Amino acid sequence: MARKILTEHINVPGIETFDVYRKQGGYTAVEKAIKTMTPEEVVEEAKKSGVRGRGGAGFPMGMKWGFLAKPEGVPRYLVCNADESEPGTFKDHHLMKCIPHLLIEGMIISSFALGANKSFIYVRGELMYVIRILEKAIAEAKAQGFLGKNILGSGYDLELVVQPGGGAYICGEETALLESLEGKRGNPRNKPPFPAVKGLYQSPTVVNNVESIANMSWIINNGGDAYAAIGIGRSTGTKLISASGHIQKPGVYEIELGVSVDEFLNSDEYCGGIRKGHYLKALVAGGSSVPILPANLITKTAAGEDRLMTYESLSDGGFATGTMLGSGGFIVFDETACIVRNTWNFSRFYHHESCGQCSPCREGTGWMEKVLHRIEHGHGSMHDIDLLVDISKKIEGNTICPLGDAAAWPVASAIRHFRDEFVWHITHPQEATAPGAVYMGEMVLG
Amino acid sequence: MEEVKPQLLKITFDGIEVEVEPGTTIMQAARKIAEADESQGHLVPPAMCYYKPLPVSGGKCRACLVKVSAGSAKDPRPMPKLVPSCITQVQDGMVVENTTNPAVLDTRKSIVEFLLINHPLDCPICDQAGECHLQDFAFEHGSAKTRYEEERRTFDKIDIGPHVQLHMTRCILCYRCVYTADQITDKRVHGVMNRGDASEISTYIEKAIDNDFSGNVIDVCPVGALTDKTFRFKNRVWFTKPEDAHRDCDKCCGKTTLWYRGDEVIRVTARKNTWGEVTDFICNTCRFEKKSTKDWVLEGPTKVKRSSVISANKYRKDLVAKPDFALKLAASQFKQIDDSRPYTTDEETIRHQSIENNDKANHRSLAANNN
Repeated sequence: MARKILTEHINVPGIETFDVYRKQGGYTAVEKAIKTMTPEEVVEEAKKSGVRGRGGAGFPMGMKWGFLAKPEGVPRYLVCNADESEPGTFKDHHLMKCIPHLLIEGMIISSFALGANKSFIYVRGELMYVIRILEKAIAEAKAQGFLGKNILGSGYDLELVVQPGGGAYICGEETALLESLEGKRGNPRNKPPFPAVKGLYQSPTVVNNVESIANMSWIINNGGDAYAAIGIGRSTGTKLISASGHIQKPGVYEIELGVSVDEFLNSDEYCGGIRKGHYLKALVAGGSSVPILPANLITKTAAGEDRLMTYESLSDGGFATGTMLGSGGFIVFDETACIVRNTWNFSRFYHHESCGQCSPCREGTGWMEKVLHRIEHGHGSMHDIDLLVDISKKIEGNTICPLGDAAAWPVASAIRHFRDEFVWHITHPQEATAPGAVYMGEMVLG
Repeated sequence: MEEVKPQLLKITFDGIEVEVEPGTTIMQAARKIAEADESQGHLVPPAMCYYKPLPVSGGKCRACLVKVSAGSAKDPRPMPKLVPSCITQVQDGMVVENTTNPAVLDTRKSIVEFLLINHPLDCPICDQAGECHLQDFAFEHGSAKTRYEEERRTFDKIDIGPHVQLHMTRCILCYRCVYTADQITDKRVHGVMNRGDASEISTYIEKAIDNDFSGNVIDVCPVGALTDKTFRFKNRVWFTKPEDAHRDCDKCCGKTTLWYRGDEVIRVTARKNTWGEVTDFICNTCRFEKKSTKDWVLEGPTKVKRSSVISANKYRKDLVAKPDFALKLAASQFKQIDDSRPYTTDEETIRHQSIENNDKANHRSLAANNN
């Protein structure tokens, strides 16, 4: 069995209550951090651990904390980004639902490290029941003296607020999240200034993902070096992967970074292989916004090496033959999945979720969706394919926030790797629009 | 005592060096170059959403994206992405490429395309035609053809208040009117609703905008989305003649431009500078109610750029702004246009690629069938 950091006690009955969580060794990290360490030492441990942001971008968390401006007399804030809305990603939801105290413990340690006296957990509005679970857990922690005024007699105060979002995907972008938290329309801000300098209410702010923050209690208990010893190279620690699609055992798995994709996909400990009688066609490795990979590039990189579940190995070969670990939304397609339809579906999502602030994303996502809709429904023409590539290139990198890139990558990569499927949809409109029809012309077996 | 002057930063914009104060944006630096030498006017990046009199505006339309090929003297690495020149502050030793960089021009072309795909292109019946920023932008940077075949989004016209009509279909969502209402009036009652390409400027349940400075949203609107109801369909701007005038007003500065057709004042607007930005906001009384010459003290004809359609056939030679050396300008621009730009051969390329890819795909599927 692989080592578990976040989900070690997740199956203990009653772990969502304070007492059971405490019995399993919970809140010892808070005691250790607040009683025996200085905030700088906690930040140092986070830096040593090398834990990278689990929300998708993979930016080292300790380094992000190090950028936080610390002017005198200005409050600092920690905001936990629990607005998990990426299609294919459901790890934070699982973590908060099953073991809410892990997040709260991490929030206390992180807030202490950053010197924040008021911290926020921004949860997507659809997860109202999770918000109630979190609020109950916060009340329990407060009753036990781990939150509120003068925590454990140290003189450190912390108030933790759970804020439901309105259910917009864009509010998972950190500056849009801050705008939304301030009560405004969730439009991403132009950067610079970055949130570490001017964030929530124009004060220095750190925004971290649920999973990143939840790692903090283990890091404090066992030391940053012990955390860095897990994993390979700059991909340290463990990662929650939300596996879905045509596999035997969909679900949330905690893996040590460095497990091979082949093992994750086919071993009984994890996904258990493709469903019986079918074979692998494509993989989206890190949530809907990362480039899709065809079967021949999934378990081996273009150079012929084994592909591992790490930030570096998955992005090996750049976007030409690689992808990204992203948020860990592992979506597997077997040969019954239509790539054109799937790309259209992703594109429809980004069209619907674009905030409409900057023109390339507002107009481009809608345009791409309409062209894909046309191809999928048998009205496409050959130059539509190149048009899609051109639009995606014009959106990528020219927008305020990464949503434009996220909308462009799946389309560009689907055409890069599955061009003949698009061509087949255009040249055989009648066959392609028949119910359940899937292109079977050329298949690279994985 | 000598005054302590802030140290000036030196930047290179399209090969021209200019010294500016710290905190200046790239756009302002470019405008400074153009103000010093009129023949360099074409170097200034276009601004569709940025509006200097309205702080925090800008960064949304992406029309002014430029390439920073060296970040600063200390850190001369190029910036990885194109940056919006309207909100990016200059650093000492920065090197910026605007018209000299083909990628920037290509991106600008695509921004025109994006802005126009949901625009109705109803210039022949639009009151803004002739003084429309989108028209200028598309004329200078766009292509003559569209690749967009789908239906365009449309909205119903909305009356917001007694003076202003909102024609949302034409809007490019620059947010200028929102900032105007935020910054120069007491209470904002309109804003952006919905998301993505369905987002629209609207009032809360079609409430009327009613305050003394509401008319300014007409002046800041770069397109014909917000129009003056007292002027709607009265005339084309190129048939009218602008005159600067002022009056004593207890609410605003009273400095305006009167737009004459014959002896009749058919429209009053605020004065605008070279960049199409209002110099002083005016009140609704001046704008909508004082439409007679006797209310005003005339100052003389407004200086209009020779290139503007408004100046067509109207002025004596001595009143027209000095021509910007058209031939010289054309010659300099001629060199800068790169014939190998993708768009010029776009259709051809697309067709070739399609045929090529089609052949390849057919070949592959044939091979697969044979196996």
